[in-house]
Amino acid sequence: MRIASHPILNFPQQETVEFTYNGEALSGMSGEPIAAALHAAGIRTLRHSSRYHRPRGLFCAIGNCSSCLMTVDGVPNVRVCVEPLRAGMKVETQEGKGTLV
Amino acid sequence: MRETDIAVVGAGPAGLMAAAYAAEMGAQVLLIERSQALGGQLVKQTHKFFGSRQEYAGERGFEIARKLMDRIENQPNITIWKNATTLGYYPDGVMTVKKDEKFHTLKPRKIIMATGASEKTLAFPNNDLPGIYGAGAVQTLMNVYGVMPAKRVLMVGAGNIGVIVAYQLLQAGVEVAAIIEAAPKIGGYWVHASKIQRCGVPILTGHTIKQAHGTDRLEGVTVCRLDEKWAMIPGTDAYFEVDGLCLAVGLSPLTELLWQAGCKMEFVAELGGYVPWRNADLLTTHNNIYVAGDVAGVEEASAAMVEGKLAGLAAAFSLNYQTEKFAAEYHEAKNQLNALRAGPVSAKVCSGLCKVMLGEAI
Repeated sequence: MRIASHPILNFPQQETVEFTYNGEALSGMSGEPIAAALHAAGIRTLRHSSRYHRPRGLFCAIGNCSSCLMTVDGVPNVRVCVEPLRAGMKVETQEGKGTLV
Repeated sequence: MRETDIAVVGAGPAGLMAAAYAAEMGAQVLLIERSQALGGQLVKQTHKFFGSRQEYAGERGFEIARKLMDRIENQPNITIWKNATTLGYYPDGVMTVKKDEKFHTLKPRKIIMATGASEKTLAFPNNDLPGIYGAGAVQTLMNVYGVMPAKRVLMVGAGNIGVIVAYQLLQAGVEVAAIIEAAPKIGGYWVHASKIQRCGVPILTGHTIKQAHGTDRLEGVTVCRLDEKWAMIPGTDAYFEVDGLCLAVGLSPLTELLWQAGCKMEFVAELGGYVPWRNADLLTTHNNIYVAGDVAGVEEASAAMVEGKLAGLAAAFSLNYQTEKFAAEYHEAKNQLNALRAGPVSAKVCSGLCKVMLGEAI
């Protein structure tokens, strides 16, 4: 959910872009991290761990902890907390380590 | 291979100040930042800073970040590399950087490491469920991108970050169930702690997390009381139905490059973990590597900015750059640091710094 009003900050409206999450059509703000767009859409499970397949979400949001790795446009292990959202991106939940082509 | 007088790694409060002061001394500076924006964690700080005017007291972190950026963006001696991750530093003085998916090598004469710190976590069952965040992540989501991290949050940690971020959650329209703190008393400044309590948010000292609940995402948290030996007291469980858990349990310095360079390191709990030995000018045991900010020991952003100023001045001076203002600015920086660390809140930091101090310099 996005913040409707804030006593100190204002969030300038960015261009809205379409992307897909596991095939489902969603929209977000161009240039915001993919994880922010997913959170705004209520999606917080980003991948499943490699050994016990446990759900993982956002933890550090500065590209440091590797909790948020997803497959984006077929490329695994993208840190969606820092990767900017662009129109037409294909974002998918990552299972385990992901496979490189 | 690119050459430069000084490479500054990290463009948070320490790195921005280091770059500004070194460049004003006349040094050619390459400022290397791994994210797409400058300012580090300052950009998500919406509270007003303490300290004195020199450290921008009374201004909000994101406003300070903007001022520092203005100061360096038009400075001809500074080259800024964003989206640039420093990968390594080698015995022959070569630094490797990945910038925009390309590999670069460079040879700086001096380096100022201002890499900052990363969020710590806590060990408890289910601590990896989606909905459990570091405090910094919550700030980034809501204060930079305008997105709510959850509907109802339990905050862990009543140090400054815990009480400040709890208040920011309320400002963003998120309900805060409570703040729990393992220590017997509140660690954050009273002005922040009182403000959040006036809003009706209880601060439960002597409490810890027993476990988180949920299958696909966080659904609730069980907390319990601790006795004076920090052991869980049976029969004191309380359950909070929350979809967010925010951990404000401290930061740990990001020291990988210092280890690789062979700087002498020491574990100092008061400073957040392993930190480098350094002299009063923030020069490490490696003759070309200075440090500034949280990587040298976790403190407030105000101290990070002054350390950046000091390291920037000292590094440029070591390369024989000189200005008329130098002596005054150098002593001013040292006095500012002493003043910032004079209060009782800084006693812990000071006792930590004593353990890694090599002595006076210039």
